[in-house]
Amino acid sequence: MAYLEIKNFCKKFGEHEVLKGIDLSIEKGEVLSIIGSSGSGKTTLLRCINFLETPNKGVMVLDGETLFNAETDKKIREKDLREKRLNFGLVFQSFNLFPQYSVADNITLAPLLQLKEKCKKDKTLNFAEEKQKIIADAEKLLEKTGLTDKKNEYPCVLSGGQQQRVAIARALALKPKILCFDEPTSALDPELTGEVLKVIRALKGEDRTMIIVTHEMGFAKNVSDSVVFMANGVIEEEGNPKEVFENPKSEKLKAFLAGINNKEGE
Amino acid sequence: MSFELINSTLLRGFGTTCLLFILTLVLSLPLGLLIMFGLKCPVKIVSWLCRIFVWIIRGTPLMLQLFVVFYVPSLLFGIKLFSFTNGTVFEGRFLAALITFVINYACYFSVIFKGGVDNISRGQYEAGKVLGLTKSQIFYKIVLLQVIKTIISPISNEVITLVKDTSLARVISVAEIFFINETEILSKAIVWPLFYIAVFFLLFIGLLTILFNYLEKKLSYFKA
Repeated sequence: MAYLEIKNFCKKFGEHEVLKGIDLSIEKGEVLSIIGSSGSGKTTLLRCINFLETPNKGVMVLDGETLFNAETDKKIREKDLREKRLNFGLVFQSFNLFPQYSVADNITLAPLLQLKEKCKKDKTLNFAEEKQKIIADAEKLLEKTGLTDKKNEYPCVLSGGQQQRVAIARALALKPKILCFDEPTSALDPELTGEVLKVIRALKGEDRTMIIVTHEMGFAKNVSDSVVFMANGVIEEEGNPKEVFENPKSEKLKAFLAGINNKEGE
Repeated sequence: MSFELINSTLLRGFGTTCLLFILTLVLSLPLGLLIMFGLKCPVKIVSWLCRIFVWIIRGTPLMLQLFVVFYVPSLLFGIKLFSFTNGTVFEGRFLAALITFVINYACYFSVIFKGGVDNISRGQYEAGKVLGLTKSQIFYKIVLLQVIKTIISPISNEVITLVKDTSLARVISVAEIFFINETEILSKAIVWPLFYIAVFFLLFIGLLTILFNYLEKKLSYFKA
């Protein structure tokens, strides 16, 4: 069985069927890219995986544990929802940093709140000691994302690329099993996408399991182990990147790739 | 009347004015928060009741509301709720005015709060959720300060209006500064203290303005 296994995810918003039975599997340490035109359901799929939306049908199994089963999980308790969400990290298109916190505090906010809860339950834990560990972890993440000199700045003075790198560090600070990216460079100026993609590429070097929804075809081709092409709420085609990009089989994927090549040629 | 006597008389009235102002502010802010939660309540009947309530309170003159709260219980139902005196400032008519002001301002505040909360992008809540924060952590650690920052200007407007609105309490004979002035000074054909009263208000509101500017500056380190 694969590390993450998704079976028959369906999601409806009112009458509008956004996901029509998605099957997906990822091995540990693998990078999966999801491509497709807007409205194809890529982002909704990612939001379902992160428990921001609840699928109407389907099952999700992570590392042998059934995280979600639409049959039995009609209503998930808030506390369980939080725990389930923590298996995943999500980097948003629009960064969504917390404006009132410095870069360092953005990264340590959630881990420190978690630590406080843990310390309440487990009196043997030393808060000050554990806090130092969290801060040290954050320093490492800042170094990894090239933001050490920005740690005391506030998000409003950072460039988009820097903000997105903070968002990646913030997601990593909770040590998610799978890190998801929802079009991480779509809100960035072209000259800033490189620095973000570089960070993601470096994460691949650490064998992190990642799911990336992206419009950067060159990046998807280089960095992914497998690529999924979605159209109208279904997976139209999937395979290794070389195959998908160089030898597309379905007409829709051919048209999609041709459209992108045309745009790049303009 | 000597200046000292006029001064001390007016100060007595201004004390009542200030007390009414501070108590109204302290009580109406949390009540406004409560009404805001009501306005945003997913249970339709609750949000509709709150909306109708806010509409009535914002849609009728504050002066009328003062009359209703003070006179209706005793004249219509024979309940002498606010007719007591006890020698302190906290007599019946003062309480009636306080209750009216608190309800009235809470409604205005609730709408300002709602605007501030609605202004926070969905992404902030979602970022909190994917980081495993609880609903209350998201509200207190992420949303609240951003809301305060965005509403501080409209709130300062309301607060300054409140200082001056307190003088409406004179219509039910609360011994605030204008009532005192009229009964004890103006009645003796001494007119100049009216301008002197303006100085009280200018100073008080000047102080509030400085305070709000300070708060605004304190929160200027980030952009919500």
